[in-house]
Amino acid sequence: MYFDLPFIAAAVIATIGIITMLFRRNLVKMIMGLSLVESSVNLFLVSLGYRTGAIAPIFTNAPSVRMAMPTVQAMTLTNIVIGIATTALLLSLAMVIYRKYGTVNADDVRKLRG
Amino acid sequence: MDLLPALETGFGFWNPLIWLGVFAVALVIAYLIWTFGESGYKRGTEQTKPFISGNPEPAKGEVHLGGGHLYWGFTEALRGYYDRVVPLHTGVLNDYLLWFFGIAAFLILIVGLI
Amino acid sequence: MIGDFVIQHAPALLIAVPMLAAFATPLVGRLGGAARNAWVLAAMAATSVIGVMLAYDVYTTGTLIYTFGAAAPDAAVPMDSGGIPVRIIFTVDAMSAFMVIITAISGFAVLLYSMASESRASGRDGFYALYLLLIVGILGMVCTGDLFNFFVFLEIASLAGAALVAFRIDKGVAVEAGLKYAVISTIGGLFILFAIALLYGQYDALNIAVIASRMQFTVLDEIALVLLLSALAMKAGAVPMHFWTPDAYSMAPSSITALLVVASQASLYGVFRVVFTLYSVTLDYAVIGWIVIVLGVLSMFVGVTMALVQKDVKRLMAYHAVSQTGYMLLGLGVGLAVLGQPAALESFGLVAMEGGIFHIINHAMYKGLLFLTAGAIIYRTGARSLDKLGGLGHSMKWTMVFFIIGALAIAGVPPFNGFASKLLIYESVFLFNPILSIIAMVVSILTLASFVKVFHAIFMGPRQPEYAEVEEAPVPMLIGMGVLAAVVIAFGFAPQLVVDAIVAPAAAALANQGSYIAAVLGGV
Repeated sequence: MYFDLPFIAAAVIATIGIITMLFRRNLVKMIMGLSLVESSVNLFLVSLGYRTGAIAPIFTNAPSVRMAMPTVQAMTLTNIVIGIATTALLLSLAMVIYRKYGTVNADDVRKLRG
Repeated sequence: MDLLPALETGFGFWNPLIWLGVFAVALVIAYLIWTFGESGYKRGTEQTKPFISGNPEPAKGEVHLGGGHLYWGFTEALRGYYDRVVPLHTGVLNDYLLWFFGIAAFLILIVGLI
Repeated sequence: MIGDFVIQHAPALLIAVPMLAAFATPLVGRLGGAARNAWVLAAMAATSVIGVMLAYDVYTTGTLIYTFGAAAPDAAVPMDSGGIPVRIIFTVDAMSAFMVIITAISGFAVLLYSMASESRASGRDGFYALYLLLIVGILGMVCTGDLFNFFVFLEIASLAGAALVAFRIDKGVAVEAGLKYAVISTIGGLFILFAIALLYGQYDALNIAVIASRMQFTVLDEIALVLLLSALAMKAGAVPMHFWTPDAYSMAPSSITALLVVASQASLYGVFRVVFTLYSVTLDYAVIGWIVIVLGVLSMFVGVTMALVQKDVKRLMAYHAVSQTGYMLLGLGVGLAVLGQPAALESFGLVAMEGGIFHIINHAMYKGLLFLTAGAIIYRTGARSLDKLGGLGHSMKWTMVFFIIGALAIAGVPPFNGFASKLLIYESVFLFNPILSIIAMVVSILTLASFVKVFHAIFMGPRQPEYAEVEEAPVPMLIGMGVLAAVVIAFGFAPQLVVDAIVAPAAAALANQGSYIAAVLGGV
């Protein structure tokens, strides 16, 4: 079905992201995987709010037809903002690690263990 | 006693004041026993020096036993356990994530099956 | 006048004051270090006072709700919304108030301590701004009655926490710990958001009370529950998802570690809020209860055995934090496992929950105290390995006294507070399952053994030549430790007063889902 496509896409993106995080040893690539998971959650949220034949939830001069749910869109926006902050923080931390350790390979970034 | 009532556990009770009273009595008894002792201790004589089979006492810094040496026997006895558990804390970020995803998947299985 | 205003808007001010102060801190910092310190201290003191006032209000008058943007704070359900609370609502019940008290005490004591411990470091404007943001995150998590809002505050706390862990780069090792913490808490946050989306898709609501009142426990709800449970348990540091905990706790500045303990407990609060309030008896309470119990027992045992072999003093204490979290999970898990059986709940379930909840505040106090003493030692000596330290009892007498108090409390030695809460847990869990209780006692003994080792390694022995110049910790650090030590002793000597005043209402609030729903939706 056409309307299941966004959910399937979200699941596929999340799977790719999680596999990337598990099997890539490069910290930057792991952060990319994290961003993919985040995008999939965003996609999932937005597609939750869609109804068949719905219009954008703008009430001014709106025709009386179904509207998409605005709450999930607000949530998605919030999550995008949070995601940007997180990704920026993570990448800057990875950058400092590269400067100090000379590598971003997760197998070598393990001074803390045991 | 109303000011500090006993802690009801549903099984018994716990009152710190009674404990403190018993502790004070025990201290008094200990003091009484101590007063019966010989008072032959003289400061600044040979008595106060550690006796190491007649050998001279080494410098203070050399005889201190570091914390890492404690409980050697305990960890040695539980070697089978420690050899398995300590290496689990690899410090590799991928492993941290794998454990997290693994537990989440495991819990979904348990909750889904029951 | 102003007092009335503060009381009426306390939930909003509790978030607004530290958040505004945090963003103003770099500006105030332009005026100089003293002005900034005074500003941050004043903001934190105000936050603590508001928090304690709010908690007092909640304990005397019952669950408090605060609706943002409504004409009146208690107008949760607008007239034209068809019975759905559309606005963001803070629902502060006794359990939330309990967590607010913990944050208020620890936050203030730790800030006092950090005034001295950070005095030699650079970048303190950003440090204190992040500190206040971490406080905002914790307070928001425990006060909010809205799931998405919970996620946002969780992310605030995670980001601020990760940035603070990595704040002192320390040849990159602290950054490594910060990165691990940030990655794993972000993915945990995304799990939580996904679970929130699943719940929203079914029940068209984000408010915890509304979702709880409509809960069907479908397959999607089960998945959402597992996602929430695993992510929040991971954030709380439950074995076997605890790997980030020793890394982050050991490398963060000591003051921050003491606060991270509180942040972890806010996540623990999230676990309990989800299972007790959001799902309550609709979930298969015996199975979920046993899952929580198993997580708790694993945490206790693996945490303490890993702690025994550590050589870094802060890493050792971090493993003990994992171990103590296990006691809370055990106590509340036993309460959850008998949630649907009124007789068992009455006879030992509630006591177990009280023990677990009491242990949360005790743990925050004595563990905070221990981390602060470790910080004082590192501050004065620059060493953190137990093999290198020694003989400090000659020069750091007060620190040693505080350490002894904290160590005896964590080991559950009477008459300190750890004993009171552990006794509640032992005796109630014994009625539920004797083996669990015995494991808990063995873990306590191992805890004592481990702290005897730390005490011997750091304080005992002859004065070491390389630490001949070491002095007592600075006065603000001693005051910060003293506040926590005083709480530890006071709670130890008056456990029943504390249990009656703040712990029992919190346990009752968790066990009684109906009152939480009624507070928001009206007496339905």
